[in-house]
Amino acid sequence: MQSEGAIMIKVKINGEERSWDGDPDLSLLWLLRDEIGLTGTKFGCGVAVCGSCTVIVDQRAVRSCVTSVADVAGRDVTTIEGLHPSGDHPVQKAWRQANVPQCGHCQAGQIMQAAALLIENPKPSHDQIREAMSGNICRCGCYQRIENAVHLASTGV
Amino acid sequence: MTIIVRPESRRGSEGRVTVEKISRRAILKGLGITGGLVLAAPVMSRQALAAYQTGAGKMPHGTVVDPKVFVAIASDGIVTIVTHRSEMGTGVRTSLPLIVAEEMEADWSRVKVKQAPGDEVKYGNQDTDGSRSTRHYLIPMRQIGASARSMLESAAAKRWGVPVGEVKAVNHEVVHSASGRKLGFGDLAADAAKEAVPDVETVKLKDPKTFRYLGKGQVSIVDLRDITMGKAHYGSDTRLPGMKYAVIARPPVTGGKLVSFDASEALKVSGVEKVMEVKGWPWPSKFQPLGGVAVVARNTGAAIKGRDALKIVWDDGDNAKHDSVAYRAELEEAARKPGLVVRQEGDVEAALKSADKVITGEYYLPHLAHASMEPPVAVADVKDGKAEIWAPVQSPGGTREDVAKTLGIPEGNVTVNVTLLGGGFGRKSKCDFALEAALLSKELGVPVKVQWTREDDLRHDYLHTVSVERIEAGLDKAGKVIAWRHRSVAPTILSTFAAKSTHAAAFELGMGLVDMPFEIANIQCENPEVAAHTRIGWFRSVSNIPRAFAVQSMVGEIAQATGRDQKDMLLELIGSPRIVKLDSVKDLWNYGEPYDSYPIDTGRLRRVVEYVAEHGKWGRPVPKGHGLGIAAHRSFVSYIATIIEVSVSDKGKLTVHQVDTAIDCGTFVNPERIQSQIEGAAVMGLSLAKHGEITFKDGRVQQGNFDTFPVVRIDEAPLVTNVHIVPADADTPPSGAGEPGLPPFAPALANAIFAATGKRIRALPIGRQLEA
Repeated sequence: MQSEGAIMIKVKINGEERSWDGDPDLSLLWLLRDEIGLTGTKFGCGVAVCGSCTVIVDQRAVRSCVTSVADVAGRDVTTIEGLHPSGDHPVQKAWRQANVPQCGHCQAGQIMQAAALLIENPKPSHDQIREAMSGNICRCGCYQRIENAVHLASTGV
Repeated sequence: MTIIVRPESRRGSEGRVTVEKISRRAILKGLGITGGLVLAAPVMSRQALAAYQTGAGKMPHGTVVDPKVFVAIASDGIVTIVTHRSEMGTGVRTSLPLIVAEEMEADWSRVKVKQAPGDEVKYGNQDTDGSRSTRHYLIPMRQIGASARSMLESAAAKRWGVPVGEVKAVNHEVVHSASGRKLGFGDLAADAAKEAVPDVETVKLKDPKTFRYLGKGQVSIVDLRDITMGKAHYGSDTRLPGMKYAVIARPPVTGGKLVSFDASEALKVSGVEKVMEVKGWPWPSKFQPLGGVAVVARNTGAAIKGRDALKIVWDDGDNAKHDSVAYRAELEEAARKPGLVVRQEGDVEAALKSADKVITGEYYLPHLAHASMEPPVAVADVKDGKAEIWAPVQSPGGTREDVAKTLGIPEGNVTVNVTLLGGGFGRKSKCDFALEAALLSKELGVPVKVQWTREDDLRHDYLHTVSVERIEAGLDKAGKVIAWRHRSVAPTILSTFAAKSTHAAAFELGMGLVDMPFEIANIQCENPEVAAHTRIGWFRSVSNIPRAFAVQSMVGEIAQATGRDQKDMLLELIGSPRIVKLDSVKDLWNYGEPYDSYPIDTGRLRRVVEYVAEHGKWGRPVPKGHGLGIAAHRSFVSYIATIIEVSVSDKGKLTVHQVDTAIDCGTFVNPERIQSQIEGAAVMGLSLAKHGEITFKDGRVQQGNFDTFPVVRIDEAPLVTNVHIVPADADTPPSGAGEPGLPPFAPALANAIFAATGKRIRALPIGRQLEA
């Protein structure tokens, strides 16, 4: 994507092979948003304390704002756009059923975090949900609905 | 048809700065209604349930009631409804079109919503603030929908050659029941568009008994699916060919300016293309940019890295020594001396002297940052004397005016496209970030996105004010409150617009100080002066936060001192059901609304207290270490009461077990979104009560990100929040829902903490106060 004669990094994003030969330290977040145009992943803090930029790398939730492109070389990155082809992942469906979002800006990160939680723990308790989701800030304060939606997704919509 | 508009006389004001305008941005405009076309009163038709007036007509450019502006019907039957207000999470992008759809008998599943660009001549006022969209637009949107319905019915009647009285629009078609004929809206679209728009004053509105959507169940927001798929379009999501990404290093001290910079290291960063000065305006800079040094790059990450490598010399200016510790002492000193009297009933001085007991509460509430999840961001493309902006702004019309002025081009050459807002809370009523993008794009000749980082957001916000609220309550021998003196001292929002503003504006005084509704014989409100040293702005519910905290904490303190139940004490102070008369208040600000339509009605305030007490089970037994607290407050012409159950562990860990909030916001549109606003207010209320504080040292904000400015996360959020909407008749004027949930939260929490622990919280944030 950038021809500076630097190292070529390959990474699979939503199943598609991508390559990057610019600054290997560039955050995955900005590669996704600015260089590739996958803008569903949001910028919120830049220092991994708000979770807005959460993506799934090899089945685990990762904060893309502090993950360099070099860190994900050769790995599988899933963003909100790639979570489900028609947007009907159980977490996405539960989110709609529970009318979770207000402004919606943090929701991609919340949904990716919840999806990663359910990979690791398909039937989390309410305490486990609150713990697993505590890295994701929602300034509008949708937490009660987030908790309910994750529970809903884990129990089948 | 656009309603006839005519200028309305400017309401007078004394002294320093006029603050009569209800629009937040209007302070910029020479502080009065000058140029804007203003809808003549009465705005609303007085027939058919609309027997109230609002302040909508006094907003810049008033209200436009024209179905041809707001509604389009395609031949396939898809109805497109324009929404001219900004969506920041309140649900307005759904609610206002829903009102139109209701009245025109459109099927909501066949409605598409289109966001209007900034154009107030065409759409009317677009300032999405002050919790006023529903209260100003319920009737206009109904009239627009009813006009469209009437045009469809006329077109069908003509097609069939029958009297229009024989046909009726029902669920996306017009029916002639006598003959059983039906025509879909799509079939009638072309003919209906040729019909004359009916007179808005005579168009018949639906009987609320026949409403399908309004005030009913759960209508999901129109952007719900897109949000869950990452497709919803926010300010930062605009991408244009050739677009450059910029971040700006701004003066770290308010009023500071750039002396010099060395860009050599920044320019070595991979992806950085240019480093340039950005024009700044002298303080108070209103909504104009602060100036500084921009780093322009091929992506945001490179721009941030480049900015980190800049070497800059600043002149810190007059506020270089601003220090929050010293400033708090200054505020406290001011609050302990007499100040400008802004409300006076009876003789407070004498009553306090004669009182059997005087209870004094001095409360401190710090600066808060908005910290919306989407930091300020804007894209601008300026070329050939024209500017196009894509930005998450609460004031699309104001942004358009400001871009035009800043670039020196006619307003007609500026297009402001309104994206979704990733939170607003008042921050995005100020368009400085869009102006920065416009200036950079003009300079560079290419589209530019200016991205604020979280650090930029917290360090260069238009902060919620910091205040000391001091209340003295005098009690007679029987424990009845006979005197109430409230001094409120806080840097004013006016200081952002006019240098040397040291007293609160009328709109600030009207938010919980002079409008205090208690039935007490001797009341005096004072506003001592204080200078500002940073940008102060509107934050969700504004001055109501400190005032409600002080007043409602004081209710708890009086209850505590006299051994009474908090709720009984609160009801006793509210007193008899009545319309509060505030004759001693000069220029009473009633959220911009006429007092006749929206008086301070203590009957309604009592009712929300009683309603929440009943539904939230006030007085229920709670486990040891738990406590219940209550608070009530009228703001944005709505009435709210909140009960909170907390526990505090031996180590001082605070848990909020349950929140019950009753809201009386008059007649309402989408209860699902009212519920979400109140749930959210509980979380934001807990954030500000527990953690929220921006402080200064050496003129610089000491916080930088969510590590040093924490907000409540899911693991400390209230475990359960119940929302109880007080049923209202269709003829009760609608009032605010976005902001009024916030003010009662912190005092209810403080009262609950007292009940649980015997500790009285008088300064926010709570921080580690419970650990001692």
